[in-house]
Amino acid sequence: MLDQLKGLRTQALSELSEVDSLRGLELWRVRHLGKKSALIQILRSLATLPAEERRRAGAQANEVKTALESGLSEKERQLQEALLASPLKSRQLDVTLPGRPYPIGGLHPITQTINEICEIFGNMGFQTIEGPEVELEYYNFEALNIPPHHPAREMFATLWVETGGGEETTLLRTHTSPMQIRLMERERPPIRVIVPGRAYRYEATDATHESIFFQVEGLAVDTNITMADLKGTLLEFCRCLFGDERKVRFRCDYFPFVEPGAEMAIECLACAGAGCRLCGHSGWIEILGAGMVHPDVLARVGIDPDIYSGFAFGMGVERLPMLRYGVDDIRLFYNNDLRFLRQF
Amino acid sequence: MKVSLKWLGEYVDITLSALELGNKLTIAGLELSAVESVGQAWDNVVVGEVTDLTPHPHADRLTLATVDLGGGGFTVVCGAPNIRVGQRVPFARVGGRLIDGRTGQTVSLKPARIRGVVSEGMVCSEKELGISDDHESILVLPLDAPVGAPLGDYLGDTILDLDITPNRPDCLSVIGIAREVAALTGAPLRPPSVGYQESEQRIDSLVSVSVSAPDLCPRYCATLILGVKVGSSPGWLQQRLNSYGMRPVNSVVDVTNYVMLEYGQPLHAFDYHRLKGRQVVVRRAAPAETITTLDGTERRLDPDMLVIADEEEAIAVAGIMGSGASEVTEATEAVLLESANFNQVAIRRGCERLQLRSEASVRFEKGLSSDLPPEPLRRATQLLLEVAGGAAAGGVVDVYPGKREYESVVLPVREVARLSGLEVDVDEMLKVLRSLGFECREVDRGSRIAVSVPYWRSDIRCAPDLVEEIVRIIGYERIPVTRLSSALPRQQLRSSPASLRSSLRRSLRDALVGLGFQEILTYPLVSLERLQKLSPRMELETPPLKVANPMTREQEYLRTGLRAGVLATLAHNQKFESAGIRVFEIGKVFNPRQPATDEVKRPHNDERLPREDEMLCAALGGPRSGLSWHAGQEMLDFFDAKGVVENVLNGWGINVGFRVSDDETLFPGRGAEILVDDDRIGIVGEIHPKVAQAFDLSDTVFIMELDLERLLPRMSRTRRYRPIPRFPGVSRDIALVVDEQVSYHTMESIIRAFPLVTKVTLFDLYRGEQVPAGKKSFAIRIIYQSLSHTLTDDEVDNVEQQMLDILHQETGATLRR
Repeated sequence: MLDQLKGLRTQALSELSEVDSLRGLELWRVRHLGKKSALIQILRSLATLPAEERRRAGAQANEVKTALESGLSEKERQLQEALLASPLKSRQLDVTLPGRPYPIGGLHPITQTINEICEIFGNMGFQTIEGPEVELEYYNFEALNIPPHHPAREMFATLWVETGGGEETTLLRTHTSPMQIRLMERERPPIRVIVPGRAYRYEATDATHESIFFQVEGLAVDTNITMADLKGTLLEFCRCLFGDERKVRFRCDYFPFVEPGAEMAIECLACAGAGCRLCGHSGWIEILGAGMVHPDVLARVGIDPDIYSGFAFGMGVERLPMLRYGVDDIRLFYNNDLRFLRQF
Repeated sequence: MKVSLKWLGEYVDITLSALELGNKLTIAGLELSAVESVGQAWDNVVVGEVTDLTPHPHADRLTLATVDLGGGGFTVVCGAPNIRVGQRVPFARVGGRLIDGRTGQTVSLKPARIRGVVSEGMVCSEKELGISDDHESILVLPLDAPVGAPLGDYLGDTILDLDITPNRPDCLSVIGIAREVAALTGAPLRPPSVGYQESEQRIDSLVSVSVSAPDLCPRYCATLILGVKVGSSPGWLQQRLNSYGMRPVNSVVDVTNYVMLEYGQPLHAFDYHRLKGRQVVVRRAAPAETITTLDGTERRLDPDMLVIADEEEAIAVAGIMGSGASEVTEATEAVLLESANFNQVAIRRGCERLQLRSEASVRFEKGLSSDLPPEPLRRATQLLLEVAGGAAAGGVVDVYPGKREYESVVLPVREVARLSGLEVDVDEMLKVLRSLGFECREVDRGSRIAVSVPYWRSDIRCAPDLVEEIVRIIGYERIPVTRLSSALPRQQLRSSPASLRSSLRRSLRDALVGLGFQEILTYPLVSLERLQKLSPRMELETPPLKVANPMTREQEYLRTGLRAGVLATLAHNQKFESAGIRVFEIGKVFNPRQPATDEVKRPHNDERLPREDEMLCAALGGPRSGLSWHAGQEMLDFFDAKGVVENVLNGWGINVGFRVSDDETLFPGRGAEILVDDDRIGIVGEIHPKVAQAFDLSDTVFIMELDLERLLPRMSRTRRYRPIPRFPGVSRDIALVVDEQVSYHTMESIIRAFPLVTKVTLFDLYRGEQVPAGKKSFAIRIIYQSLSHTLTDDEVDNVEQQMLDILHQETGATLRR
């Protein structure tokens, strides 16, 4: 019987190696592992054998069965694989053919930049607010320490709006700073806001100046706010936007509604500080004006300047993408040529 | 303000390089905008003296000049007509670098033989030195020019061009800048020493001065110099004016300009003998009074302007420009020098009205101190005596109706750190302030500093001004870097209108970008023509807001809508784009506000401001997708535009309806109003052919427009959870034949009103042989579903039958078999 089992095993495994289809495999299974197969018959007949022989033959028969079963599953796996492989081959694509076109949209680079600015300052606790573009002269000038005929009005060439007989003169705001006043008239410290929006100037337009442009104003008022905080906040902003390596310059400057006043410039990206046409050969590009809120401004909105202090800053938005992307003409942003806008 | 380093060096020692100094000044608030070098390239060019002139043996127009450099003579051939023996001249040796007078190129001077005579160098013109374009004559140097010295040492200079902010008129002067340099470098300031011999005859007996408009002229000072000889000024003086970019005129005018540059105080010189009545009257101009100013223009004045007059007529517009009638000329023998203070606002207004600005008015406009005039006046008198001779009458006229006391400013010591974040000890504060000319006294046991402000610093009025002075001189780079440590303000509620607005804007932008739209930004200022392309009656019906002083006609009106900008952008891009174009803009539009009748009287009333409404406008046209091997090029149509509307609003759970629009921008019958609860929130449709033509649009274009102001009140962040149905739905398709005029909306509304109906989808619209003429067939899939049980066929049949009955009754719809 042991010889018979050995023969069965050799016979079955050699037949298995010939099998080349799942159907052939099923026939093989019935032949060698089916109810009527010699092996199963032997296993059934074991009970009739004496105990000693039964044990040896049983072990031998089970070993043969296990071998056939594992051969079967291995063969089945091979056949299944082969089965899948052949139609896959015939259904191959030229994957280099272009995909189905979806139209590609995009945000205007200025919107993207404003979003980035708001996000950076948002992470520092500044909330975004907005205000009117047609503004009262009071908010644009007087409330910011710029009475009529003040020499600083020269810095803000103004477009006036015809309103038809109003007592107060209205204008297109020359900066976003009027929102400092509007906000402080209704909110008490602690204040921490940024104000993105359009500003307008009566100025000729050229490659680096637009008469209609975007600004972002910032304002923080509380007890114990210092220029060191201003410097830290602005440096962090520049670091986020332009990277760790970019050099920043913080210098004294004059705006009537702040004191002390400051200006921040970054190293020119075009010439890395060596001096070129873009930076007027100075190596620096001014990106924002800033300073500590003037005590007269605070007092005017009823915030005690002896208790509270604050800083304010205002930056031109267009200059930032110009620097980052090397855009050499500010007017490109508003020509709305899709060949330009789609690059961002 | 341009300033010569050589000139500056007369008042303060400069050890820094021009760039280092420029950088220090920049950080301290005087921004360096340019550095010019004069004479840096002059190599092998020295000061020579012409010792002999003989005619050229072979040429009539040329001379042979012997030029001595202190150690022997050189013979050169010279063609300039103005060369004379005894002159000091710039002499270029062979090898000297010069600018070729004809080509303008920099060249190295080579030995030359001219008409048979060897020229051992060259006497140079201004053009050859790069100073000016004068190539006719040689440059004649002052007689004190040191023979043999390199010209660069003698004439060379570095000019710093500094941007002076409007608060610092004191820095529109060389001494003002020298004072800054002294404070920044610690070097002492050396102001010029002023003094001159006065004659016995007192000025009061020779001229009378009266000020009848003290509000416009707080102070008027004058001196009188008799017996002057007006000529051209000495070389050093001309050179100084040149370095500032001013043309020398004559010795008197040059001295007034020189002192103005030196001190920042404008001066004016009158020909004393042409003053009628020997008197000066400072008064307001009479109505319609005229004056012919030095530039030869007759100008009409008004009583807001101040004039300097003699007994008969105005002889100058105060602080702005003089007249020919009193001008100093070569014939002038006596000069009345004026040094006055005029009201800055009056000067500014006068300049604006006369459209006239001068170096003088620029300084007066910024606001000069009324304490400034005497010193520069005496300085100018001293210089005038030096360069034009004569004798100064005794004393100074000083009419000072506007004398004011300077208040001192108290600086609490802790204020410096409180504002700047920089800890500065008191001694350093005192040192800085004193270096700038402030007088300081410690009070309250050193906790405060009483500061008396020097007259030239009228910009210093409060403690923070002093904090800036201290910190800017110490250097802004020393301010520490800290982060805000104060409490965070309360944050906006998510349900607040402002938060909803920004969320809505962001989600509209994101949705449109996702659908393939490119955002654009167009100018809010437009031309009337552009607005009228949309609506020819624009101006008459709803006049848009107008800019009173527009830059151009293209930017004269505030836009009342976004359509024009979006359509113009589309038209512009159609020239370059082969695929379809999808663009959108979100922006403000401006409409005059109807003033409320019970207008609240507030000091600064916003009721006067126009409404600023936010709108969204999108436009699309051309092929639906770019040229591709996948499918043909179908064109975008109305339903693409409408799909965009449905898509962008669905995210907010807003159900929109549509009804035919009569908007005149849209093609009649191809445009719809977008409705929410019967309120019109926008439009969508095809552009009217006339509008398309006006904008030069080549493809059929569709627009959609949403009014964010009408949409916002309907926005809500409130959502209620609805359970997911546990029981399967039943899907039934029906085809309904109706008359052409029955809208799909009517059908769907009826169907949706039935219970169990959870979804209605139109999946076919058919017109043709299978239905009678004038009819159409809607194929509609309806999903019936219950939350409580699995529906039986009977239940669905029952609802469907009722539905068909109602549809038939109300619309005449019949089931298509």
